[in-house]
Amino acid sequence: MNASAVQSARAVLARDLKLAFRKRGQLVQPLVFFAIITTLFPLGISPDLSQLRNVAPGVLWVAALLSSLLALEFLFRDDAHDGTLEQYALSGQSLTWLLLAKTATHWLLTGLPLALMAPLSAMSLGAPVASVPGVIASVAIGSIALSLIGSMGAALTLGVRRSGALLSLLILPLSVPVLIFGARAVELAVKGDAYSAPLYLLGAVAVLGVTLAPIAAAAAVRVSLE
Amino acid sequence: MDWTWFHKLASPPYIYRLSATLTPWFGWPAAVALLVATYWGLAIVPADYQQGEGFRIIYVHAPTAWMSLMVYMTMGVSAAIGLIWRMKVAHAVAASVAPIGASFTFVALATGSIWGGPMWGTYWEWDPRIVFELLLLFLYLGYMGLHSSIEDPQRADRTAAVLAVVGTINVPIVHFSVVWWNSLHQAPTIMTLDGQKNMDPRMVGPLLLMLAGFTLLFIALLLTRLRAEVLRRERTASWIREAVGS
Repeated sequence: MNASAVQSARAVLARDLKLAFRKRGQLVQPLVFFAIITTLFPLGISPDLSQLRNVAPGVLWVAALLSSLLALEFLFRDDAHDGTLEQYALSGQSLTWLLLAKTATHWLLTGLPLALMAPLSAMSLGAPVASVPGVIASVAIGSIALSLIGSMGAALTLGVRRSGALLSLLILPLSVPVLIFGARAVELAVKGDAYSAPLYLLGAVAVLGVTLAPIAAAAAVRVSLE
Repeated sequence: MDWTWFHKLASPPYIYRLSATLTPWFGWPAAVALLVATYWGLAIVPADYQQGEGFRIIYVHAPTAWMSLMVYMTMGVSAAIGLIWRMKVAHAVAASVAPIGASFTFVALATGSIWGGPMWGTYWEWDPRIVFELLLLFLYLGYMGLHSSIEDPQRADRTAAVLAVVGTINVPIVHFSVVWWNSLHQAPTIMTLDGQKNMDPRMVGPLLLMLAGFTLLFIALLLTRLRAEVLRRERTASWIREAVGS
């Protein structure tokens, strides 16, 4: 049973990746959104780099949070509409594993690209080149937690027609620890200090998410199918 | 062990009658306790040597803040019971306490802000405990929003219950935030782990009575709202007609 759970999760992962790459336009949207938000801040605050450097961690992380929120709408929606989720629930495989695989795909397609793009935005906001590894690590690990928290929110709002505002009301309070530790890591990296401590905490949040979020998401998906 | 009392609690007519009987038993003591504690706290207790008369707002602030967490735990536990044993009444409890909890949370935040103005010199501070209390308010609002935006009542109950259970993670964070972060908000002075007394015993009395009063008030409100909730949910059931007497 365990081996087959992992195998079926892998099959779901492969399927979702293939489907996602057939709709490339959708893939790029959160990234463009992220780039636009980080472009708006210098226009709104001041083009002075020394000022921007101070707000860069917060700007980066709020932008990452919002773009991962934007991408969440695609996470379960299509599969809920065409009945795929229902088939998953009936398949006899562990729904928890299958949803974990779907969430992993979501992270590969939004979190990872965001992490790779974040240093560019960080440097445009005045972060030094030396901060690049810290920024990448912070966004990469933090977005794992964000994807998992988001999977709960997306599963909870499956039965809601216009879920956008409600989804953000549900997810943002739970994402606050990620924002705090993530922004702290970026801040330390920008200053050139050791940034591993907040990264460990971020990792702890991500591990907690990996163990618990898919269970809650599976419970919510089951409720929506009743 | 005899579990029939537990099964009885799952029956809406029983709960409807039980809550009607119990409401005055909690409502009147709550009124007495709150009135006595208000007089005791405002008129009898001496003013603080540093904060003057202003400290008296603690008699509303601390109990409501405490209640905001306790109500959330009530909501989380009854939501979990509803999810696990599929008990309709437990979901009705969770749905009826959410607005009470949101009100307590709001009052705690508002009185804290009124207190903070003259005492800390700022009405709002980005302090962990205050921020997480605000997030608690958002969780309550999220629960109510999710519950009201799903049309099918049973699915609304169960979906919102998952959120309530997930959100209980915030309760220990609010409670321990002042200890963990050592921030502007003061650490607990009543229930400290080493049993040290940090508050003048003359000031503690009304606070504890106020806490008891607010707890009784919460139970009375819960019973009243639960009765209304059961009526609303069971409006098509035949027992309602006998119970209401029409």
